Amino acid sequence: MDWIVQHLWLVPALPILAGGIIALLKQRHRVLAASLAIASMFLSFLLSLGAFVHLLSLGHGDGARMVVNFNWFQFGSEWVRLGWVLDPLTAVMLLMVTFISLLVFIYSVGYMAEDENSTRFFCFLALFAGAMLGVVIANSLLLLFMCWEVVGLTSYLLIGFWYANPKAAAAAKKAFIVTRIGDLAFFLGMAWLYAQTGTLLFFDGGAGCLERSALTALVAHTTIFGLTVSTGIGLLIFCGAAGKSGQLPLHVWLPDAMEGPTPVSALIHAATMVAAGVFLIARIYPLMSADIASLPALTPTVALQVVTWVGAATALFGSLVAVAQFDIKRILAYSTVSQLGYMMMGLGVGGVSVGMFHLITHAFFKSLLFLGAGSVIHGCSGEQDIRRMGGLRKFMPITFATYACGMLALCGFPLFFSGFWSKDEILHAAFAWSVSRTPFFMGAFGALLTAFYMTRQLCYMFAGSSRRAQISPMPAHGGHAAGDICHAHSPHESPAVMTAPLVILAAFAVFLGLIGAPSWPWFQSFLGGEPALLNFGAFSGVLPLMVASSLLVFLGLGLGWLLYHRKRIEDADARDALEKIQPDAFSVLGHAFYIDKLYDATIVRFNAALAYICDWLDRWVWSGAVQAFSYLVLALAWLDNFFDSKVVNAGFDAGCHTVSRGGRLLSFLQGGRVQSYLKMIGLALIVLVMLMLWGARA
Amino acid sequence: MSPLNAYLLLSALLFSIGLTGVLTRRNAILVLIGIELMLNAANLNFIAFWRYGPNPAALTGVMFAIFSIGIAAAEAAVGLGIILAVYRHTKTTDLDQINTMKG
Repeated sequence: MDWIVQHLWLVPALPILAGGIIALLKQRHRVLAASLAIASMFLSFLLSLGAFVHLLSLGHGDGARMVVNFNWFQFGSEWVRLGWVLDPLTAVMLLMVTFISLLVFIYSVGYMAEDENSTRFFCFLALFAGAMLGVVIANSLLLLFMCWEVVGLTSYLLIGFWYANPKAAAAAKKAFIVTRIGDLAFFLGMAWLYAQTGTLLFFDGGAGCLERSALTALVAHTTIFGLTVSTGIGLLIFCGAAGKSGQLPLHVWLPDAMEGPTPVSALIHAATMVAAGVFLIARIYPLMSADIASLPALTPTVALQVVTWVGAATALFGSLVAVAQFDIKRILAYSTVSQLGYMMMGLGVGGVSVGMFHLITHAFFKSLLFLGAGSVIHGCSGEQDIRRMGGLRKFMPITFATYACGMLALCGFPLFFSGFWSKDEILHAAFAWSVSRTPFFMGAFGALLTAFYMTRQLCYMFAGSSRRAQISPMPAHGGHAAGDICHAHSPHESPAVMTAPLVILAAFAVFLGLIGAPSWPWFQSFLGGEPALLNFGAFSGVLPLMVASSLLVFLGLGLGWLLYHRKRIEDADARDALEKIQPDAFSVLGHAFYIDKLYDATIVRFNAALAYICDWLDRWVWSGAVQAFSYLVLALAWLDNFFDSKVVNAGFDAGCHTVSRGGRLLSFLQGGRVQSYLKMIGLALIVLVMLMLWGARA
Repeated sequence: MSPLNAYLLLSALLFSIGLTGVLTRRNAILVLIGIELMLNAANLNFIAFWRYGPNPAALTGVMFAIFSIGIAAAEAAVGLGIILAVYRHTKTTDLDQINTMKG
């Protein structure tokens, strides 16, 4: 076993250690805190790179999965075992997470420069990165779940980083509670899995829960509705993944999570944490796809069908809602929801490599977009409303260029941008899906909308002339912009520490797609453990579909350009071009189909009513019972006191008085004079003698 | 009157004189002297009962008397020591003054 495999635990341990040290630092050591976080992340990145290279050098085949398992603790006769695994999936995720984390950390130095709590920020960030890496390397569902929860916790802490802002505090709470709903199902699934297989290790030399013997046992049993047990467990775990990855109907926390600092949005709520759900499904893919051998091999399992439908619905929903948003980060948030839906759909229809490829490319261009948005917000001193931006191309050329790269990658602009290849692969797999073709059409329409809303956003932000001067100064968002007041009137380009990560990410957003293009599907074969072959012939099979999806993208871009660029947006308060055409539909979309309102009216209100009833019960019934009981005790105590003072005490006092009076009487006898005693003795002697004399005679 | 009766009368007289001294005197030393007198009355009884008793050949009475005299000497020494200590403490030998043991 190689050094790098044995010491893979260092990858998550280093950032967590750094986070622990940073927690002890004071604000005046902010430079040290930032350098610690960045240094630990850099070391983790190097280690991940080492692991990746090691895996590459091993070649292909079954040898490309190495696990280290160890005993954690014993209960009863069973050992709870944890461990980590190095396989292509882990290696790719490790590289992506460490690299993007590193860039975001560096970017944060610039973005958080004026925040007075930046050490706390870096502490949370480092802790998050460590926990996320823990999720990635875990070879045990239990270890994965623990890291998963730490990730959720740090997400909560970071969304609520500006906790003085009530919206941020509420968003943090919402994110925590909504993801908890999914995690409950996840936990149930985990417990069920343990009850069925007796192990939570993924790979354990043939005895793990994702290996053949366990899976055969799992599909052999059926539970309610004729589902196999593996499907039931898979669906429960998928609930957890849906909560974390913002799938319908648990997506509501993700747009609100944008109240956190923008680097957090980029790292956690776009690139890594929300991808953890997708990663989880990819990790347990053998469980999701396990099926009874007698069925025809091409029919996907119920679990995968659910994943596909949920993913497709989420993809369409997210892109529809993103069309009608005005907050720069909310657009990106709904776009993230939509793209996560694509990933899930990719997993469902095409397997691990399809979903993971989009996950990786999306991580790069979406973090790029968020960091770009952060740069814009930073440059506009806290402004987040795209209606009040405009004309930023002149002021922020680097940000504009990189943002445009990210935007084109997200839209899936043909050939040169990574999103094109990964999204196209998902659509292609969806087209070939044996169950239904509806997810394909949903995805294709979503792709059209994606191109449209990104063009709209870009036009609002960068084109035209500035609409800043028309509005009265807004209160600065959160805390970071407080120091920017001095140059509040002219948007400005961000410092190099912020633009450099943008440029690097932009390069990746453009070129990363090439490793997964149909002509040279290196990524897919790396995950699948096969050699990659250069084959331009593969294009011919997918060419019609590629042309079709390209046409869709061009249609979306053109529509956006038509509506938002041809006619200049001059007035910040003017109605949106789409709003003029369809005000009702636009309002529905703008409120995200009123799902938040629906939840407020049903679940939240139900919950509140329950809480009210509990409060009432507490206040009147339980509290009354407790009060009555306390009065009873008081009465008993009074009785006891009465008995004590009037009966016991009085009797005892009387006894004492008698004794002391008797003592006083007797003490007269002890006069202290020797001679009086002697007199007594003499008298007694005389009486004795007389008794002897006369008594004997009688 | 037999000689034994005479001795016993003498002894009783001696005892009564001693007891009277013990009970009436205020001075601790004189009380002690009274006690010595009572002891010697007892010794006289021992000797008299032995001399006129059934077995004058055995020297039991003399032995008793000699022991008693020895013990009396020791007792006198201890008694005088106590009186001395009390005197040092209270600066008096008047027994009526020494009543700190009063209950």
